[in-house]
Amino acid sequence: MQKPVIAGVGFTKITAHWKYSLKDLAAEAALKALDDAGNSEIDAIVIGNMMSGIINGQENLGSLVAESIGLSGVPGVKVEAACASGAAAVMWAGLSVLSGVFDSVLAVGVEKMTDVTDNEDVSSALATAADYDYEVFFGATFPSLNALVMRSYAKTYKLSPEDFGYLPILMHKNAVDVAHAQLRFPIDMNGYLNSPIISDPLKLFDCAPIGDGAAALVITRRDVAKNSDHLVEIAGFGSATDILATYRRDDFTRLRAAELATKRALSMAELESKDFDIVQIHDAFSVIGYLNLEALGVVEKGKAHEFIASGDAERSGALPVNPEGGLKARGHPVGATGIYQIAELALQLSGRAASSQVEDAKVGVAMNVGGTGSNVIVHVLRRVE
Amino acid sequence: MWAYKLNIPSHWRLLSERYRLIGGYCEDCGHKMFPKQKICPKCRSERIKTIQLPKKGKVLTYTIVQTPPRGFEYYTPYVLAIIELEDGTKIFSQLTDIEPLDVQEGLEVEMTIRKIRVSGESGAIAYAYKFRPCST
Repeated sequence: MQKPVIAGVGFTKITAHWKYSLKDLAAEAALKALDDAGNSEIDAIVIGNMMSGIINGQENLGSLVAESIGLSGVPGVKVEAACASGAAAVMWAGLSVLSGVFDSVLAVGVEKMTDVTDNEDVSSALATAADYDYEVFFGATFPSLNALVMRSYAKTYKLSPEDFGYLPILMHKNAVDVAHAQLRFPIDMNGYLNSPIISDPLKLFDCAPIGDGAAALVITRRDVAKNSDHLVEIAGFGSATDILATYRRDDFTRLRAAELATKRALSMAELESKDFDIVQIHDAFSVIGYLNLEALGVVEKGKAHEFIASGDAERSGALPVNPEGGLKARGHPVGATGIYQIAELALQLSGRAASSQVEDAKVGVAMNVGGTGSNVIVHVLRRVE
Repeated sequence: MWAYKLNIPSHWRLLSERYRLIGGYCEDCGHKMFPKQKICPKCRSERIKTIQLPKKGKVLTYTIVQTPPRGFEYYTPYVLAIIELEDGTKIFSQLTDIEPLDVQEGLEVEMTIRKIRVSGESGAIAYAYKFRPCST
């Protein structure tokens, strides 16, 4: 079986793009990825997006994006898996290349969140990833559901408020010199601890920001790729669902879908957790970042904060985590996030990551989490020698 | 923005749960669930009976919401909790009749009926369960 490869990468800066629409952002990222791939033929496009119907009043993104890049005629669909929509698009692109039906597929993740300007409305749109009838109806927001997990985790493993600060502080430090990142400023522990409470015990600096962005990948086979100098192999992917509502799960401090998706991705790649040289985690909230590290098998339960605090997760550390600043500081344009993660990983593994480049990484993993851990997709990438 | 509007048909379908706390019981493995599902999430049995769940329980974990979604501004700050009922079934609910800072894990609570949300400025009002500290 010939594994799919990533032949082209493109993305926009993440910010409040007042002058640009969802279509503009998707087209910019897509055209950059096509250019990076040497403008290979595209047989189909897959769009990762969560909220365009609610926020932008626009669905049918396959058609919208195809037209915006002059590809009307190709098959084009949107896939949705809440905050994991980006990785979902990559997975379905990878599957269709693996099937042999298509040679080259363009995966585009896009989210244009600032077309609504009231936080209450963005909050309601994000909450559609949770269980409407049994959580959201009663006033649950996405941060509040993660706050329930955070309190439970802190109690189970005896974490102090400071312990949750190590991850956002590292993420902000990493994003300072990253051109496409949204929050390019450092924060310190005092700033973290004194940031406003969003949903106690969750603070503002535990949360990824709201922003607009798009990212794209050209996924193809090695024998048809035009630019062979920077190919990165999709060695494995894995996906899993969990019970939609947190309250119905047996253990609030464990991401079962993340564990299953990791196991499946590693099995397809014929690798183990110890083979990871670089890690992309879904740190939409600090506690979810910690649970990702546990599910990936790179730290013990309840020890993620010690791992981050030790310095081992820095760019120069033993196992760099989110060298571009992760969701917290690079930004989290929801349906695009999973593709930013994989795009950054592909640049790292092909030695093209510029200021954020880590040394000698051969194998990387990206974990994209939808809902409160209810839909998780993991990709394992490998450098092509 | 539709997301904060009350969805009246779905509320109507769920009245027995929201007013009475009706759940499900698996006749094969004994698992109790809220809501009642067609298939038992533990053993995949289809033999699920409708049962009345206990109306008392204790708080497992909670949060105090400071940044509400549309339609909940009036209640802010409010407490959301995961509650374990006396028979072990878990449920997610707002807490009421208590100062947010007085809530703690293990707090014993009982079901009551309260207003949850209103459809627009002059639309239907949805009532459903909230939990309050036990009176006894």
